Amino acid sequence: MQTLKVRIWRGAENGAFQEFEVPRLESQTVLDVVTHVQRKCDPTLAYRFACRVGVCGSCAMTVNGQSRWTCRTHVDKVAENGTVEIAPLRNLPVVKDLVTDMREFFDKWAKARGRFTGSKTRKDDFERVSPESKERKRVDAGIECIGCGVCYSACDVVSWNKDYLGPAALNRAWTLVNDVRDTAQAERLAAVAGDAGCHACHTHTNCTERCPKGLSPTAGIAGLKRAVLSATLSGKI
Amino acid sequence: MSQRSEVLLWGAQRVSAMVLALCVVVHLVTMIIAVRSGLSGAEILGRTQGNVAWFAFYTLFVIAVSVHAPIGLRTILGEALGWRGSATNLLIAVFGVVLALWGMRAVFAVFGGGQA
Repeated sequence: MQTLKVRIWRGAENGAFQEFEVPRLESQTVLDVVTHVQRKCDPTLAYRFACRVGVCGSCAMTVNGQSRWTCRTHVDKVAENGTVEIAPLRNLPVVKDLVTDMREFFDKWAKARGRFTGSKTRKDDFERVSPESKERKRVDAGIECIGCGVCYSACDVVSWNKDYLGPAALNRAWTLVNDVRDTAQAERLAAVAGDAGCHACHTHTNCTERCPKGLSPTAGIAGLKRAVLSATLSGKI
Repeated sequence: MSQRSEVLLWGAQRVSAMVLALCVVVHLVTMIIAVRSGLSGAEILGRTQGNVAWFAFYTLFVIAVSVHAPIGLRTILGEALGWRGSATNLLIAVFGVVLALWGMRAVFAVFGGGQA
């Protein structure tokens, strides 16, 4: 039987790669490989997954140096000389093996005011937003984020500036900036401004390149930069 | 530094980058034309000194450099070396002033004085 050599990160921040050999199967995903290792080779291996079909965003890891969701990454696509190296996501503290502590990632969504603030009650009629309006189209372009953390892991600016909010939180803020029902626009623009916010982005586009949903946080961040500058010049923030 | 100042610095760097893009192209084209025409240094100075339009153009060039370079350097120092805060801001401000003085010294030497 054909086999695949797998190097998997073990331990926390100070760990090392451990090598395993697993059967090579047709249409095998990287998540299949990790699952095989845990079930057949070493049950102490820690990793995170839920849906296995690219919906939940919980199985993101670093595969051969690149951040990816592992459930939708075929071994065929990433194996180099019959070897796959699997590590936890970058830019996040490692809890154990392939599991990272995602708290700072989601805390930054809150810091970027990533929650909707409306003015209507359940007694009011629905807001009518035309699907053809430019705001709604901008929301559509960024709304499918599943919060997998791949963009955050791939972002160089996060590794240089630990306070940087990161592509996912800023992408979320951009969708709300374009939500015509939202009433906290000035606060949100103030929250995403400055050295730890959208203006720290260098437009490397790693986030856009790696986003498994094909979104462009880079485009959203560029929009935020313009919106914040405009709000600053007009004295709104 | 306040959030507002950070945003305005970013805006200033963007605007100065646009000005620089234009200035660099004009500068390079002018240099190539001057060199290909076989003008000597003395001949070039004879044409530039006292020329108000070129004096204004290169003053704008120097201002754009003095705004753009320090803001970019400030970001590099912060991200690469972790130098942030008021001491770094002061150092960067001094750097900007020095660039402006050096640049204007050259502008005065090439475009100032001479025959009007």
